[in-house]
Amino acid sequence: MKIRAQIAMVLNLDKCIGCHTCSVTCKNVWTNREGVEYAWFNNVETKPGIGYPKEWENQKKWNGGWTRRKDGRIEPRMGAKWRILSKIFANPDLPEIDDYYEPFTFDYEHLHTAKESQASPTARPRSLVTGERMEKIEWGPNWEEILGGEFEKRSKDVNFEGVQKDIYGQFENTFMMYLPRLCEHCLNPTCAAACPSGAIYKREEDGIVLIDQDKCRGWRMCVSGCPYKKVYYNWSSGKSEKCIMCFPRIEAGMPTVCAETCVGRIRYLGVILYDADGIEAAASAPDEESLYEEQLKLFLDPSDPKVIEQARADGVPEQWLEAARRSPVYKMAIDWKIAFPLHPEYRTLPMVWYVPPLSPIQSAAASGQIGMEGEMPDVKSLRIPVKYLANLLTAGNEEPVVLGLERMLAMRAYMRAKTVDGVIDEGLAEKVGLTGAEIEEMYRYLAIANYEDRFVIPTTKREVGEDTYDLRGSCGFSFGNGCSGGDSETNLFATKKKARARNPMEVA
Amino acid sequence: MAQYINSAVFGWYPYLCLTVFLLGSLIRFDREQYSWKTGSSQLLRRKQLMWGSNLFHVGILVIFLGHAAGLLTPIGVFDFVGIGHGFKQGMAIVIGGVAGVVCFVGISLLAHRRLFDPRIRATSSFGDTAILLILWVQLVLGLMTIFVSLNHMDGREMVKFMSWAQGIVTFQPQAAAFVADVNPIFKAHLFLGMTIFLVFPFTRLVHAWSVPVWYLGRQGFQVVRTKRPLGKTVRRPAVAGSRPVTAPAARPTRPAAVPAE
Repeated sequence: MKIRAQIAMVLNLDKCIGCHTCSVTCKNVWTNREGVEYAWFNNVETKPGIGYPKEWENQKKWNGGWTRRKDGRIEPRMGAKWRILSKIFANPDLPEIDDYYEPFTFDYEHLHTAKESQASPTARPRSLVTGERMEKIEWGPNWEEILGGEFEKRSKDVNFEGVQKDIYGQFENTFMMYLPRLCEHCLNPTCAAACPSGAIYKREEDGIVLIDQDKCRGWRMCVSGCPYKKVYYNWSSGKSEKCIMCFPRIEAGMPTVCAETCVGRIRYLGVILYDADGIEAAASAPDEESLYEEQLKLFLDPSDPKVIEQARADGVPEQWLEAARRSPVYKMAIDWKIAFPLHPEYRTLPMVWYVPPLSPIQSAAASGQIGMEGEMPDVKSLRIPVKYLANLLTAGNEEPVVLGLERMLAMRAYMRAKTVDGVIDEGLAEKVGLTGAEIEEMYRYLAIANYEDRFVIPTTKREVGEDTYDLRGSCGFSFGNGCSGGDSETNLFATKKKARARNPMEVA
Repeated sequence: MAQYINSAVFGWYPYLCLTVFLLGSLIRFDREQYSWKTGSSQLLRRKQLMWGSNLFHVGILVIFLGHAAGLLTPIGVFDFVGIGHGFKQGMAIVIGGVAGVVCFVGISLLAHRRLFDPRIRATSSFGDTAILLILWVQLVLGLMTIFVSLNHMDGREMVKFMSWAQGIVTFQPQAAAFVADVNPIFKAHLFLGMTIFLVFPFTRLVHAWSVPVWYLGRQGFQVVRTKRPLGKTVRRPAVAGSRPVTAPAARPTRPAAVPAE
């Protein structure tokens, strides 16, 4: 057993209102640059829908993630290493920018400069790639917002597999939910596996998956390898980029920008201890439906003295062990089992998990007759089909999702009984395998969601990994060769020079 | 005068080109890794690239390896093995011709795409377009030399080029004389070829240095890096009472490949 720690995330979809604050703040911080205008390290999709980029979940089309060979070993769905290299001149599995969308801006200035006219002036769209006029915008980063577009097209969503989807096209049966997505910082990332340069790596200390911008050569296999399509090729710099889990913030003990700014308080960040030696076996499980359970087995109990001892031996700092014991992610994923991985069938062992959303009762007219189990409605009568959620979160295995939803319903019923009726109903808690105290704790974490409960992030032990002697006079984060970009205006190696802050002492 | 020019272009210019090629690549690799890339534009337009890029790269790799082996293998080796000059020239014409046509189709598709696709054109740098056109011209010149070669199939002309190339890399001052009387098309082809070496470090061609063949030998699939010291000892300037300490790189540069996990 080799124990490593990871900063993992849980998103409580039950509370996501689809406001896109996470996406916008993330974009303003990380991807408001030329070449990545189309890239959203964090985006929010309305499900059901084909998503961004189009049909990202359809691995028959994009060949992302892993596949289990007949001999029981796994390899990227794109193929073994030589197969990946054979795609290096032109990669058939790479989306085109139109599969995301052609990024655009509007001629806002025209609104200021237009001459007086009969009709009020308009700001027309312009491509951010070519700078040309775009007559019609055909697709965007969130084209299907709140079920936009025809059901016919949206229903290509592969999560409908095994669901009689036609009835959900009818207005009275329709359903929707929001799915905020970011890099999963997987335990078994296919992007890293597919990178011929070895530029993509997982950090041992906190599990964050990063692309070394200096070592990346732009072979773009990672874009195809990632089944979540969360690696983006920067067409301007020629390098791939992805969500960095806001590592400069995480290292300082602060939550990521998306989590910090989430107005619904749906995001949780905490430490998970995992057994790095068990990753390959877990990812190679024969039965896709068991992958969720297999991944759970990798997560170690931070209160177990044996685990603590081994973790110390493997170099996990003491503060990290303490944080692991107070981790909200651990509570939701393991203690309460209400959080689930996104598409475990990709075999990447993702580390951003989701609490499935409850939804209204299927039919108001039927609300009198629906299956009520005591104080709680039957999970099967919820508007969002359980099978759909299971396809999204547990590779189709409905049982864990049902239990998770029941626990959340039980929490509602329990707290309603307590606060409205003034009754403590332990029976409700027992029915879903919890105690009243656990339910109250769940309530504290899910409904109140205090800042210090949501984010338990230990700072990076910089003193272990860095020598401040080396860092004297260095210039921190920069592109290219650090502080010295050269003084001349000429540009020898075809790199774009960024405008630098002007020294006000220069002669005008 | 003609001799002077010949000596400058085929005697001195090669060294200028090779020096810039090697030193420029080294400096760019050392100082500007962020700029070291393939510069792929597939994301912006798939059309014409799937065929164009595959045909171009396969063709040019065959041509490059053919030139390297054909020009730099000592003539004695061919004689020893018993490959006649005429036969070798025939082989070069056939293999080079086929690869050349393949490459020509590919590069023409790519050049057309780069010049006439609005997205690609708008996002191309001067260097991107220029190097593609230079390669296109060089390829056409190379294909034209086939027709010249067909007029003398005894391989004598070819031996001149071998002698010249081997003379250059072995620092023989009189190397330029070997190619003094060859057809002007050959001369243009040689000159442009050397020029490609000259501009190589300043263009996207540098990605050729980084062909990721090592990937095939990578143990397992995953790469994990750590900030923790992995036994690297760094000497510090002497300070009274201090000892050498084990210091890690602030940004680890040694990817620790671990078995697939």
